[in-house]
Amino acid sequence: MPVAVDANLVQTVLFYVFALMTAGAAIGVVISRNIVRMAVFLLFTLTGVAGLYFLLDAEFLAAVQLVVYAGGTLILIIFGVMLTSKSPFSRFEPKLPEVIVATSFSVVLFVALVMGIVHRPTTTEPPAVGSGYPIERFGQALLGDYLVPFEVASVLLLVVMIGAAYLAKRRESDMPVQELTEAPKRAKSWS
Amino acid sequence: MTFLPILADSSQPLVQTLVFDALRLKPNAPLRIGYSLAIVAAVFGGMVSLIAMFCIWWERKVAGHIQSRPGPNRVGPIGLFQSVADGIKLLLKEDLRPTDADSFLFKLAPYLAFTPVFAAFLALPFGPDLTFEPRLNVGVFWILAILSLEIMGVILAGWASNNKWSIYGAMREACQMVSYEIPLGISIIVGVMTAGTLNMVELGHLQSGGLHTWLIFRNPFVFLSFFVYFVASLASNKRAPFDLPESESELVAGFHTEYSGLRFSFFFFAEYAAMFIVGGIQTALFLGGWNDPFGIIGKLYYEYSLAHNTTGLLVLNVLGAGIFSGKCLAIIFVQMWIRWTLPRPRIDQVLYACVKVLMPAAMVILLGAAVWQLLFNDLSFGGMTHTPVPWADYNPFSVADWTRGQAFPAMVVQILLTLVGLSLFGLVCAWVAFAFLSGRKQVLRLTDPTAIDEVPPSLVKA
Repeated sequence: MPVAVDANLVQTVLFYVFALMTAGAAIGVVISRNIVRMAVFLLFTLTGVAGLYFLLDAEFLAAVQLVVYAGGTLILIIFGVMLTSKSPFSRFEPKLPEVIVATSFSVVLFVALVMGIVHRPTTTEPPAVGSGYPIERFGQALLGDYLVPFEVASVLLLVVMIGAAYLAKRRESDMPVQELTEAPKRAKSWS
Repeated sequence: MTFLPILADSSQPLVQTLVFDALRLKPNAPLRIGYSLAIVAAVFGGMVSLIAMFCIWWERKVAGHIQSRPGPNRVGPIGLFQSVADGIKLLLKEDLRPTDADSFLFKLAPYLAFTPVFAAFLALPFGPDLTFEPRLNVGVFWILAILSLEIMGVILAGWASNNKWSIYGAMREACQMVSYEIPLGISIIVGVMTAGTLNMVELGHLQSGGLHTWLIFRNPFVFLSFFVYFVASLASNKRAPFDLPESESELVAGFHTEYSGLRFSFFFFAEYAAMFIVGGIQTALFLGGWNDPFGIIGKLYYEYSLAHNTTGLLVLNVLGAGIFSGKCLAIIFVQMWIRWTLPRPRIDQVLYACVKVLMPAAMVILLGAAVWQLLFNDLSFGGMTHTPVPWADYNPFSVADWTRGQAFPAMVVQILLTLVGLSLFGLVCAWVAFAFLSGRKQVLRLTDPTAIDEVPPSLVKA
């Protein structure tokens, strides 16, 4: 079956391309000292993972990966860096204790992952690679069988939002509110 | 939902099959990959640039006419090759980079802005078989997702330039993006909810039964969400009332202040190609995609598919691509019209408009559309799990079929909405025609130094 072999070959090549992109960019995140560059490397990591999802025919998951992580979260990270950093090209210089803690965490995670992969059940059949899966069934599952976890996750997000709004709220003791001049006052009344 | 794409063998796109048959080749995997790459290189690379160059020329022409001047008119007939000349100029320009810029990110940013827009063309349905990947089950969502990556390029460009104007532009873009994405997404969800599919080709087939089956006229809430989507898409394109990231009057050029030559043109191309894509989503989701208002293409496509008439199908596809592009260009024209008419608000006003006006409006529309679907029975024939397709499942022009599908009220609503939409469209057309005709007698002002209003009647050419 030359055709099937060729199709597999293309899949394999694409897998290595995306895997290389993911892993290489992940190393870039760790090595880089500039926070914005780290975010860019993270962008490539996340996009590479989205590509892997596409190869697995999980189109919806891939699009979610792009829109939530690459599109949303990363932009918020960069936004945060822009708003908070003092120098234009903020450096990231971890202290020794931080390095030790981070390294030990990574080692534990790595070992756990390797153990998980080695001890995985060997007889699982990979799902048939076809032309995707019905998105309708996915939606029904999300709003049917998995309604409770879905809603609990959204409550969690709501809590986070309220917390962020509370933190961002200006307290009266923080600083005296500047008296607005006439022009900004008018501007304020507009909105 | 299975559609006809030449009946059984839906894994082989029609055009690809025809090309392979014509060349007497067996469609094996490497050949198909090569074919795909060739399509990407030739059609898409060429098409994206062509669309962008045409739109740039057109924008300048429209701007000129709105501002009472001819616009580009030297290079080629009516200035058509102006974009080519500009392109050559941009190619030959020196590639400048500020000394203190973050060199790696500065070089990367234009590609990050351009590539996603290019990739989004993957799912645009130019015709029933003229879609690059018709099997993409999440087409609409894919375009939204990939377009959100474009913002990253813009923000990085602003950041890496190490320039206060650029940074301001990037910050504004980030603020704006956080505010417009939600109404944009919700208004798309309203359309998708009514159609019951995310696949853009299926969306096209669902709307093939003439004007009243276009999704925008399916129920009043989709009609409203069309306008919400349009306003939000202006913001997503950084188009005029919402072009805060590059507002020339305050930020020089905003995020691309430091860019010149080819790198600048990448941003420029990305903007115009994104306009086409945003218009394309609007066309495919609300305005019937490649279908004509009378349902002729849909009916013929169904019949030709049953009869395996490939030549006819090909002709229909080409016609459909023309109609689709025409609709997109009409939407782009409205975007340009708005750009050269409305003044630019402040950034806080933009955020106010998106978060406090559009977002609640979109939420209400979403709720209304959901309730509507519960109360009003859309077409349903027993035992059917998908939304009924015109011509295949029912005849959209037969009252008996609508009654059989227990959807007589839905039909009345759709026809009423169609009439409302048509009269609105007619009003706009009449307005444009009036402006065009009443402006004709002021041609002389272009060479005459007198003020526009004071051209004496004796000077006006007949």
